Amino acid sequence: MEDTLVKSEIIKPENRVYKKTDLMTEKVLSYCPGCGHGTAHRIIMEVIEEMGLTEDTIGIAPVGCSVLAYEFMNVDMQQAAHGRAPALATAVKRLMPHKTVFTYQGDGDLAAIGTAETIHAANRGERITIIFINNGIYGMTGGQMAPTTLPGMKSSTSPYGRDLDMMGHPLKITELVAQLPGTHYVTRQAVHTPSNVRKTKKAIRKAFELQHQNVGMTFIEIVSNCNSGWKMTPVQANKWMVDNMFPFYPLGDIKVDGKMVEG
Amino acid sequence: MEKELRLMKGNEAFAEAAIRAGTDGYFGYPITPQSEVMEYLMAEKPHERTGMVVLQAESEVASINMLYGGAGCGKKVMTSSSSPGISLMQEGISYMAGAELPCVILNVVRGGPGLGTIQPSQSDYSQSTKGGGHGDYRLITLAPSSVQEMYDSVKLGYELAFKYRNPVLVLSDGAIGQMMEKVEIDAQVERLSEEQIREQHPWATLGRHNGRERNIITSLDLDPARQERHNEALQRKYKEVEEKEVRYEKINCDDADYIFVAYGTSARICQKSMQLAREKGIKVGLFRPITLFPFPKKELHEMAGQVKGILSVEMSAGQMIEDILLAVEGKVKVEHYGRMGGIIPAPGEVVDALEQKIVKG
Amino acid sequence: MTEEIIIAGFGGQGVLSMGKILAYSGIMQDQEVSWMPSYGPEMRGGTANVTVILSDDRISSPILTEYDSAIILNQQSMDKFEPMVKPGGLLLYDPNGITRHPERKDIKICKIEASKEAANMGLRKIFNMIVLGGYLKVKPLVEMENVIKGLKKSLPERYHHMIPDNEKAITRGLEIVEEVHAA
Ligand SMILES: Cc1ncc(C[n+]2csc(CCOP(=O)(O)OP(=O)(O)O)c2C)c(N)n1
Ligand code: SF4
Ligand SMILES: [Mg+2]
Repeated sequence: MEDTLVKSEIIKPENRVYKKTDLMTEKVLSYCPGCGHGTAHRIIMEVIEEMGLTEDTIGIAPVGCSVLAYEFMNVDMQQAAHGRAPALATAVKRLMPHKTVFTYQGDGDLAAIGTAETIHAANRGERITIIFINNGIYGMTGGQMAPTTLPGMKSSTSPYGRDLDMMGHPLKITELVAQLPGTHYVTRQAVHTPSNVRKTKKAIRKAFELQHQNVGMTFIEIVSNCNSGWKMTPVQANKWMVDNMFPFYPLGDIKVDGKMVEG
Repeated sequence: MEKELRLMKGNEAFAEAAIRAGTDGYFGYPITPQSEVMEYLMAEKPHERTGMVVLQAESEVASINMLYGGAGCGKKVMTSSSSPGISLMQEGISYMAGAELPCVILNVVRGGPGLGTIQPSQSDYSQSTKGGGHGDYRLITLAPSSVQEMYDSVKLGYELAFKYRNPVLVLSDGAIGQMMEKVEIDAQVERLSEEQIREQHPWATLGRHNGRERNIITSLDLDPARQERHNEALQRKYKEVEEKEVRYEKINCDDADYIFVAYGTSARICQKSMQLAREKGIKVGLFRPITLFPFPKKELHEMAGQVKGILSVEMSAGQMIEDILLAVEGKVKVEHYGRMGGIIPAPGEVVDALEQKIVKG
Repeated sequence: MTEEIIIAGFGGQGVLSMGKILAYSGIMQDQEVSWMPSYGPEMRGGTANVTVILSDDRISSPILTEYDSAIILNQQSMDKFEPMVKPGGLLLYDPNGITRHPERKDIKICKIEASKEAANMGLRKIFNMIVLGGYLKVKPLVEMENVIKGLKKSLPERYHHMIPDNEKAITRGLEIVEEVHAA
């Protein structure tokens, strides 16, 4: 047993292999184990810390499971009404153009009730970064159908599977937003593996850099899971996401430097 | 037919009643603590049972305007939501009141303001009974205090909505929405055919059959004189509602020295408080408004002459008490007791408040 | 007759469904019933409790702070609800996971080794039915035939094949419940 570290040794600074960014508070995350929200929070905060933006960043939390993002993200935050985060962000940025301003929104928040705010903020080319967590469901309210729910996918308001004829099609709002001249950089990423986390971090860094070049909106979709809402274990949920969500919502850049990526 | 009894949540009972009452369309958006309404409907496949349309809208703003469209065609339409969603609907509700459109709207109230809490509250009383949106209008407001009354409020709601061509608001709360009780289910009412709607609701926009004059559904009239006449007609209608549609219940009021006035969940709490107080020798009764608009003014006014004090109990900072004060015209002492933020007062707590604020005070 | 009952434990122990079956059994014998759960995000994996009332008369408050019976399935619930049992009332608990046993002398205390027994029977899912059986032995509020009817009504069709196991569990509960302390 000699080469095994005990807890008191592990937590010694010299034995640490990984340190939580100070920009995540000490508060225990309220997310279900295996949920992508926690990882997404952490990497946004890491980028802000690494870029030295801590003192001049304002984040906008949505209504959804991440309504409590302000409990965990240790920067100045405002909490918006359901779907209205881009409107708040618009004003914050317009009134203080030198600040870094981001919204953090779920798919119900951004692509259902907040569609008008999303489209119009993008179309106006607001110099903000929207981080969009697409888990294909309303996690917070107990697993109802979202605009992004896949065809045939079960939810509590599509208990027999999403019927396209009755309930309409899943909305690829990221592709829609990319069509608008006001957006400069639009990408779709994930956070379920270390390499995806690295790619997403890079995307966030790029988005925050672009915010200060006055070129338009930056928009990052993160395809994520909701194991509770999908009624799966975290492992099953990640596999299901790879097998079902990614084919419908393919990862990669959609618009770079204001130009659509050929695909 | 033997009566059918089921154990149901208030929200589920409301949804089943919607199907049974021959609703043509339900339009809604998820929000706690009432998401079970749409979930129940989706699971029940009412499009197969009765042909009823159930649609998850992209927002409450859309839902209420779907009601406007459906109601304008004389259809039985409804929605359900909870406080933040109902706030978003206020514009649409005002338009419906202006255009005199019938519909049933369920508010399973949670604590506010803002995002507040998901726990039960009664802090939307003023919004519900005084209009809520812009303009001079009223909603007929029903306050169920049991799961059976949640069920019954659908049929009664449609009856009043169509009789007066006015939106009806069912003001429930998270406790009644989430609790289960015994419900007696009634027979299926057939949905109306287009011909029946033409006959019963000649104002509906169903197409100009047989060369009739066109029907227009609108709340706009740019001519001030006509707009004033329209407003006067609305006011006459609300007056008539106040004269004919008051509903309330009195429990143990005959020998009472004091009364609780409470609706919904608070009325249930007060029933227990009443038992506890009577065990202590305090003779208290319960006056329970079932319609909040029209408010049982006359009846309370009469009661005021017979008792020594009134305690208004409401899970709010004290909204209904304003109507009680207007009704009793200073004849008797009236105080408010309530909890906020999603806390439900305990029956014993209400007795203490009665003793302190009314009996001793 | 009015019986005011709190059932409390962890989410996932079948607390809510036990309450539902009890309430349905009451309906089967023409009683008034109410079932009021705690709800909200704290239910995710946390504690769950439900107030069930059976009565021959109209039920007043569905939310209470004093109970005739408390059915307690974890320590947190023991700490919270032991003091809320009315003098002369009943506290029934499963000692599994209980570190501080009930101490009151003015109430009747019974225990039931339901989780152990469910494991022995290889039927962990019907743990709650063993508890219900034990409770009904001590408080015969509803006829057994009405419990079975209630069970049928509250279980969706697709689970009806499990009714025999549920019956077995209820019967086992009747046998193994023990009185610890008389009121
Ligand atoms: C006006 C209004 N309507 C509805 C709600 C209820 N509500 C809270 S979160 C939510 C959906 C959240 O889903 P999503 O945005 O996908 O976030 P997730 O929880 O999945 O991360 C809804 C409908 C609300 N709070 N306000
Ligand atoms: S409900 Fe879904 S989105 Fe919400 S924390 Fe749990 S897994 Fe994440
Ligand atoms: Mg979502």
